Amino acid sequence: MSFLELKDLRVHFPTDDGLVKSVDGLSFALERGKTLGIVGESGSGKSVTSLGILGLHKGGRAKLGGEIWLDGEELVGASAEHVRTLRGKKMAMIFQDPLSAMHPFYTVGSQIVEAYRIHNDVSKKVARKHAIDMLGRVGIPQPDRRVDSYPHEFSGGMRQRAMIAMALSCDPELLIADEPTTALDVTVQAQILDLMRDLQRDFNAALIIITHDLGVVAELADDILVMYGGKCIEYGTAEDIFERPEHPYTWGLLGSMPRLDRDRTERLLPIKGSPPSLINVPAGCAFHPRCTFEDRTGGKASTEVPQLVETEGGHLVRCHLPRDTRRSIWETEIKPSLEAS
Amino acid sequence: MSEPLLSVEGLEKHFPVTKGLLQRQVAAVKAVDGISFDVVKGETLGLVGESGCGKTTTGRLITRLIEPTGGKILFEGNDITHMSQGRMRPLRRDVQMIFQDPYSSLNPRHTVGAIVGAPFRIQGIKTEHGTKKAVQDILELVGLNPEHYNRYPHEFSGGQRQRIGIARTLALKPKLIIADEPVSALDVSIQAQVVNLLEDLQGELDLTYLVIAHDLSVVRHISDRVAVMYLGKIVELADRKSLYESPMHPYTNALLSAVPIPDPKGRAQRERIRLQGDVPSPLNPPPACRFHTRCWKAQEICKTVEPPLETLATGHQVACHFPENAPTTPEPAVTTA
Ligand SMILES: Nc1ncnc2c1ncn2[C@@H]1O[C@H](COP(=O)(O)OP(=O)(O)OP(=O)(O)O)[C@@H](O)[C@H]1O
Ligand SMILES: Nc1ncnc2c1ncn2[C@@H]1O[C@H](COP(=O)(O)OP(=O)(O)O)[C@@H](O)[C@H]1O
Ligand code: SF4
Ligand code: SF4
Ligand SMILES: [Mg+2]
Ligand SMILES: [Mg+2]
Repeated sequence: MSFLELKDLRVHFPTDDGLVKSVDGLSFALERGKTLGIVGESGSGKSVTSLGILGLHKGGRAKLGGEIWLDGEELVGASAEHVRTLRGKKMAMIFQDPLSAMHPFYTVGSQIVEAYRIHNDVSKKVARKHAIDMLGRVGIPQPDRRVDSYPHEFSGGMRQRAMIAMALSCDPELLIADEPTTALDVTVQAQILDLMRDLQRDFNAALIIITHDLGVVAELADDILVMYGGKCIEYGTAEDIFERPEHPYTWGLLGSMPRLDRDRTERLLPIKGSPPSLINVPAGCAFHPRCTFEDRTGGKASTEVPQLVETEGGHLVRCHLPRDTRRSIWETEIKPSLEAS
Repeated sequence: MSEPLLSVEGLEKHFPVTKGLLQRQVAAVKAVDGISFDVVKGETLGLVGESGCGKTTTGRLITRLIEPTGGKILFEGNDITHMSQGRMRPLRRDVQMIFQDPYSSLNPRHTVGAIVGAPFRIQGIKTEHGTKKAVQDILELVGLNPEHYNRYPHEFSGGQRQRIGIARTLALKPKLIIADEPVSALDVSIQAQVVNLLEDLQGELDLTYLVIAHDLSVVRHISDRVAVMYLGKIVELADRKSLYESPMHPYTNALLSAVPIPDPKGRAQRERIRLQGDVPSPLNPPPACRFHTRCWKAQEICKTVEPPLETLATGHQVACHFPENAPTTPEPAVTTA
């Protein structure tokens, strides 16, 4: 069994308007030392997935189903109490907004010290030294002085570093970063991505990076999972997703994105319509109202949910189109259209 | 080059920082600190830079939402820098702004019809077949269903709301549209829809754009020329091709190098320029070249003498003592990409 395994994870929220199926049957596996990128547009269920793994939905309205196995332990059925003891030490999270994860009235150092001492029986002095160490490792200048600063005294980039230091202070084996650089400027984003790449190598953690930015996952991820309407619609290595994608939604994402590494194309190729509401996910293939190839699936697209099936060597696709059709559409229609004429 | 539609000369906005009961001014945020550029009729000028460098302030100055503390703004050759609100009125039709946040920029209690029709009422404009017909025509133009005239903003998705925002600016057939981060709040598939819409409208309605954005890929896609800002100054301005293919300012080079590239195969070999630290505070910007605290090429002179924005190749202006990719001999004309 892999270090982390999700089997048919479901996270549903009963609301006045109906049942919101935020995550609806998600499965994947991740080993230590590997990075999984989860991409999708807003509302596709990325954050709900990460909070689910960390057990942060427990006690709320969320209805969880399926299984989450972390290092041989099942977490969906485990008590909230037990999952709490795993947070910090076994698994930790980096959020988009560092201020939401840090207490404004305590110094950055004291928050790291506290987090560290929950899981490590050491004196305050030793913990403080560890905090300074961690701040230094994430690239905060003069860590022995900045350890006594309050979060608001840090710039956005430094706060993000401090939160990473906090998350890593107990040497977690699983680190989940949810849009860790979305709020940052591009030069600072580049620094943070470098930092995460280095730290992951040093700590040999399993890393999940969640983002809407295909560039960010391409920089970091070994494997990529594309989410749409609470489901995985394509999964593969980073090269599978960028070099030989087989799902019409993934094609749409690639066509929507202007690229600096290629000649400028005359036109962007957007996806029509907008992402679905998760209360009323379209029947059949959730993507069918927006899909250009819907009419090539003989009416099945709006009635039958396509299964996630392997196309080759661990590359999974959820689409009714036959494999050969998908490949030929990619090669002859999509790929040429993404290149400048 | 034809006559500029908009000219900005030495434009400056210093926000006072006050203290105490008497609101004594103790310092100033030099949000925009002496910038000059032209926008030519029919073109798209992109304005890029990191958070806080003064992009939005520039847009608000040009639309006269805030008063400049120095410099000049010329629209069609007329000095509008300190024009009174009364005399500005006809001009308000000509210059319109699109905002970043399609959620907060629309009044939730007004119908789409009322929102898009408001400019007609405010300006007291009569249309041939009535305001409703005019509004419905505009809704159609931006790709919204004209039958949605009586719906409210919350009934629309983010991308549709941005279309409503765009429709509102088009009502009065403006000449210049200033779009401040028009797509950054949108999902990528929707971003592309709105970018295409802006391009189509430009062709159909003969619009001129000043597009403010932090996303360098989006800016390259839609701009003819691009200005790069750093801490209230323009550090480089060039046509799209020159700026992206042979950037001269070290900061522009660093910015471009920082953009994550969606190509996993190439990631190992890629050469990267990595800046240290964050952008300094505009309250207390570094003297002389403001970029010297983060620049790997900085020399003594960069800390003492401010580099002026100079034309180093045709249409390519740079403010740096030691530019990259600089031509050694005067260059022949640079063509647009
Ligand atoms: N009303 C104001 N009073 C004081 N300072 C201000 C005011 N408006 C803006 N500033 C400051 O001026 C600087 C430039 O702000 P501006 O909003 O133009 O930045 P920007 O380039 O649009 O950034 P972003 O990418 O974050 O939108 C910032 O330091 C900002 O804090
Ligand atoms: N506590 C909640 N109650 C009801 N719906 C929720 C709750 N949390 C999230 N959702 C819904 O679940 C869906 C997925 O949300 P999320 O995972 O946050 O998306 P993203 O992919 O942008 O991170 C959205 O439709 C969101 O509105
Ligand atoms: S199943 Fe049909 S509608 Fe869905 S992605 Fe495939 S082709 Fe498009
Ligand atoms: S003037 Fe000096 S410090 Fe400024 S960008 Fe040029 S080389 Fe760097
Ligand atoms: Mg999220
Ligand atoms: Mg702004």
